[in-house]
Amino acid sequence: MTGILSLAIWTPIVLGIILLLVQNKLSTTLTYRLGNLFGFISFLVTLPLYIYFDKGFSGFQFQEIYPWINHFSINYHLGLDGISLPLVLLTSFISWLVIFISSNSIDRAIGFYISAFLILSGLMIGVFLALDAILYYVFWEAMLIPMFLLIGIWGGPNRVYATIKFFLYTVLGSLLMLVAFIYLYNQTASFAILDFYTKPLSLNIQVLIFLAFFMAFAVKIPMWPVHTWLPDAHVEAPTGGSVILAAIMLKLGGYSFIRFAMPISPDALIFLKPFLIGLSLIAIVYIAFVAIVQTDMKKLIAYSSISHMGFVTLGLFILNPLGFEGGYVQMISHGFISAALFFAIGVLYDRMHSRNISDYRGVINSMPIFGSFFVLFAMANSGLPGTSGFVGEFLVILGAMQDHFWIAFFASLTLIFGATYSLWLVKRIIFGEVKNKKIATLKDLNGKEFFVMSVLALMTLAIGIYPALITDITNQSSQMMLGLIQQSKIL
Amino acid sequence: MTLSTLLTIAVPEIIILIAAMSVLLLGVFYKNTTSLFGITQLTLLIAAYFTAQLPIDVKLTAFNEMFIADSLSMFLKLLSYFALSLVLIYSRSFLQSRNLHNGEFYALTLFALLGINLIISSYHLLSLYMGLELLSLSLYTLVAFDRNRPEATEAAMKYFVLGAVASGFLLYGFSILYGITGSLQIAEISSRLADTSINPVVISFALVFVVVGIAFKFGAAPFQLWVPDVYQGSATPITMFISSVPKFASVAMLIRLLFQGLDHMVLDWQAMLLIMAIVSMLFGNITAIAQTKIKRLLAYSAISHVGFMFLGLATGTITGIASALMYIAVYVVMTLASFGLIIHLSNQGKELDQITDFSGLGKQKPWSAFLLLLIFLSLAGIPPTIGFYAKFSIIQATIQFGWIWPAVIAVMSALIGIFYYLRIIKVAYFDEPGKNLNQVSKSSNNELSVTLSINTISLLIIGLFPSSLMDIATLTSALIF
Repeated sequence: MTGILSLAIWTPIVLGIILLLVQNKLSTTLTYRLGNLFGFISFLVTLPLYIYFDKGFSGFQFQEIYPWINHFSINYHLGLDGISLPLVLLTSFISWLVIFISSNSIDRAIGFYISAFLILSGLMIGVFLALDAILYYVFWEAMLIPMFLLIGIWGGPNRVYATIKFFLYTVLGSLLMLVAFIYLYNQTASFAILDFYTKPLSLNIQVLIFLAFFMAFAVKIPMWPVHTWLPDAHVEAPTGGSVILAAIMLKLGGYSFIRFAMPISPDALIFLKPFLIGLSLIAIVYIAFVAIVQTDMKKLIAYSSISHMGFVTLGLFILNPLGFEGGYVQMISHGFISAALFFAIGVLYDRMHSRNISDYRGVINSMPIFGSFFVLFAMANSGLPGTSGFVGEFLVILGAMQDHFWIAFFASLTLIFGATYSLWLVKRIIFGEVKNKKIATLKDLNGKEFFVMSVLALMTLAIGIYPALITDITNQSSQMMLGLIQQSKIL
Repeated sequence: MTLSTLLTIAVPEIIILIAAMSVLLLGVFYKNTTSLFGITQLTLLIAAYFTAQLPIDVKLTAFNEMFIADSLSMFLKLLSYFALSLVLIYSRSFLQSRNLHNGEFYALTLFALLGINLIISSYHLLSLYMGLELLSLSLYTLVAFDRNRPEATEAAMKYFVLGAVASGFLLYGFSILYGITGSLQIAEISSRLADTSINPVVISFALVFVVVGIAFKFGAAPFQLWVPDVYQGSATPITMFISSVPKFASVAMLIRLLFQGLDHMVLDWQAMLLIMAIVSMLFGNITAIAQTKIKRLLAYSAISHVGFMFLGLATGTITGIASALMYIAVYVVMTLASFGLIIHLSNQGKELDQITDFSGLGKQKPWSAFLLLLIFLSLAGIPPTIGFYAKFSIIQATIQFGWIWPAVIAVMSALIGIFYYLRIIKVAYFDEPGKNLNQVSKSSNNELSVTLSINTISLLIIGLFPSSLMDIATLTSALIF
């Protein structure tokens, strides 16, 4: 089965480049159809990973290892475990949906737009599969280029500011991470992540390394107070860009915490735990308040994302199995819910060209199907039992309770605040009197939009009702990771 | 040693000398400049052939050990031929369209190349100085070459005055060294300086002068004042030449003088190089942000790149040299591509001068815009371009030496650098097309655009497979000592 990981990474990249080269010679419709086909193929090639995945095995599967830069013993080393599999599937699936729906809102250079998403999706899958630090770093940084262009070319009025801010914030963290990688290389004579896991390090060094990783990943997730790029980037990005940002890019931060920061510097993690939990709680509570007062729909959802990612970091850093599992499920669940919410905002924006909440009222009267979906996703966003949003939050709160009552108390406040901003948003947009003629004449979801909304709703409900869908896959690997984290590395 | 062995070692230089003089002579009688272009390219090819014939793992010396051929000289000379060949291809149409395309241009570049070769191969302070003056005088003339433009004359004047001062510094340092050791031969200087009875203050005195002279030739801060003016004032092909090929001579000069001659003073010059490295990186990158002209921006970016290279060299290790050699090779290829792009877009008529002149490139010329994207991402050091691995090897050498904080400063200054490189990409991709781009030609030169495309795409291809370049740089530096 070797080779299926490379296939998952390189299929979208190669198809993206092909599309880039042929787009000039094709009509817009044909370009879109071809791009859509390519997106679907890229999704299909990730399915074998799920089909042949051995759930009982905790290590890395389908490993591929080829020498790449001998001079620094850097290898092209890929591997898949329970932590990366759901994220890989999420990436290829959401990327396809984004491409599928792109014909609705993108009116210029659609070939370029779709190829950027294809390449981006391949690079992101590469980040999830790389087991060599430099390979990982190359994917991690290369990913910024298509995203930079996506926001900059197809974004809103303030797009240049937003995209440069996004790029610089991310690079700031990753350069420090690179220094940490090179330091670890000089200690272990290898860039293999698995060698980093077993290298004993003193607490001082671990703390420095952890902080370097923290700068990279906390910006990406993002954690308070380095979150400020996210609302800007989300507001200015085109719908597809927002969806990818929220659904997948933020997860790269969470994934990387699990893959790098936690097992490489476990003692630093325990040392800094109060600080990390403090930041997570600030994100959960304070950012939820910030979300409540937003007047721009996209900004509101962006802040809600930060607040939810606070839950993820809280779950991961509470350092017990329930919290870890909860944080992970929350990542996947947020991937579907936030994608759905941004798609929904895109649907409204395509029709009204406004993101101001005050421009809407009573949308349900003209768009009943859309309204039902929107209510469902808003409910899921606030953690309604039966939806995937509930599972993650509930597990994290249970885990927090095992640690300390007050942590759990503050964390559970989100159930109130989350409901407040989500439902108030619903109330202002969906319900009420029809505000103006424009809203009265809105057309309900078309076929494509309906398809996207229903598959996302299906996933949200499926994970909510049967969370073992995710936890069965992750179980073995997360136990192994927790085992690594609980072992002291100080000699 | 027989005359024929002596000649074998120096045969590339002899060929270049003959070619330079013939081109100068032919240029007077013969107005067909295209054939002069051909002769120069052919000279480079023949010189490269003979250079590559020399053994890489043996140090051969000639002319009373004034001249050396070793791995370093082979590496740097081959790169110089390659870079000069590209410079000539890029320059031709630009010079033709401005009536500057004549025999003197080729003669002067060949004389400059001869100076560069001489510096690279010198193992004696006199031959080194001779090479340096030959190079500098050719460069002063090349800067003033476009004599109808006042900016060019002004730049040449500045370059000449400051360059002469720097040469003076270097000479003064050399004379003190001669006074201490009684020799001008680099290996002998090194062995005599091992004697601990020499007053260290006097040696440090000599060292400071030598380092200042080198730093000036590199354009490292705080000796960078000439760089922006010369870059801006010269015609673009000349800027391209100055920013690329002579850098190989500077790096050779540094390695010969500091690593081979003053190797006992490593602790002293290490600190100086480190300070200049950090100052150059920060100064170059921060000042570049404020620039509005593309050539000035590239000048400040050059200062910061020199800082990066100094950081690798400051470690004083073989790994450090390897990383610096890798960096200089990569830097020159990137610089050639960046100036090549400016020339490509400036053919016929108005030259692209302001950064804003690039606006809307992404819509009007998608392929050129894509090349611009690759070039500036590579200069910024974003993977998967080769610029990343150049920075990566420098930082690896620094951390291996135990310098964590200099490495952190280096990456932070790289971050500042990313900002202004991104701004150019932003102008090209996100801004609406301006007027200037419309005026520039559609009738671009084929040979130029093909070369530019290959040059730029190679930044990406070598970036995906950087292994062999790293191996060559490591092998070269391991064989120096």
